[in-house]
Amino acid sequence: MPIQHYIFLSLALFAIGIMGVLMRRNAIIVFMCIELMLNAVNLLMVAFSKMNGNSDAQIFVFFIMVVAAAEVAVGLAIIVMMYRKVHSVDINILNRLKH
Amino acid sequence: MSLHEILFWFLSAMAIGCALGVILSRNPVKSVLFLIATFFAISGHYVLMNAQFLAIVNIIVYAGAIMVLFLFVIMLMNLNADAEPQKSRLVQFAAVLSGGALFLVIIAAFTKAGLNIDGAAVDSSGEIGLIKNLGIALFKDYVLPFEVSSVLFLSAMIGAMVLGKKEDVPNHLESKIKN
Repeated sequence: MPIQHYIFLSLALFAIGIMGVLMRRNAIIVFMCIELMLNAVNLLMVAFSKMNGNSDAQIFVFFIMVVAAAEVAVGLAIIVMMYRKVHSVDINILNRLKH
Repeated sequence: MSLHEILFWFLSAMAIGCALGVILSRNPVKSVLFLIATFFAISGHYVLMNAQFLAIVNIIVYAGAIMVLFLFVIMLMNLNADAEPQKSRLVQFAAVLSGGALFLVIIAAFTKAGLNIDGAAVDSSGEIGLIKNLGIALFKDYVLPFEVSSVLFLSAMIGAMVLGKKEDVPNHLESKIKN
């Protein structure tokens, strides 16, 4: 397959992730859309690594997955803590840092 | 059309369709299931590119661990109802517009940049994605980042425990939080 197809696919997934982040009010869905964007980047990096015949990008993808797993653990803990305090995961309510 | 192309188009359609399902479905549990399907489609792409190690890791880590964590949190909070308040139509329209604008801008940048990638093809040959070659690269050239990532995991684990612990908030502080 030409590399352009992979670029289009990854960009489409990334744009869908951005739309989800901007459009939804549920903090967990926003978080899932961030995971989707990370995966779009991973897919593009693997495609470029195959194009260049270099395995470094695949190692980076592995580290991105590691960091994403750590990020999810901390982020979900924060969301659970917020839910205990305000009984909602609506990001329009979670704007107390503004005041 | 070869089998490889048919699989590519099928997996691409599945990935984009399920990604749209993530952001369009009203039920958070359905969103999680759509996202798992998206990850399986992406893993299929990795298999097509002969990156077998990443395909397996993607399924184990993302679909197996992270999404199960999401499902647990959603069910713990009892959020599996469809009663999520929506953003206004104007904000949703602006979100779709800005996402689409970003898509078009990056594609225009790629086509105008003259990257010299016209003849470049991604095929399923080559052995750099196999676990043997990646393991040698990981434990030879990248052994320090690999060990540092274990420290990152430890700190993330401790951080999640500290954050998730039920704390006793004093009364005067609690009234301040509620206001």
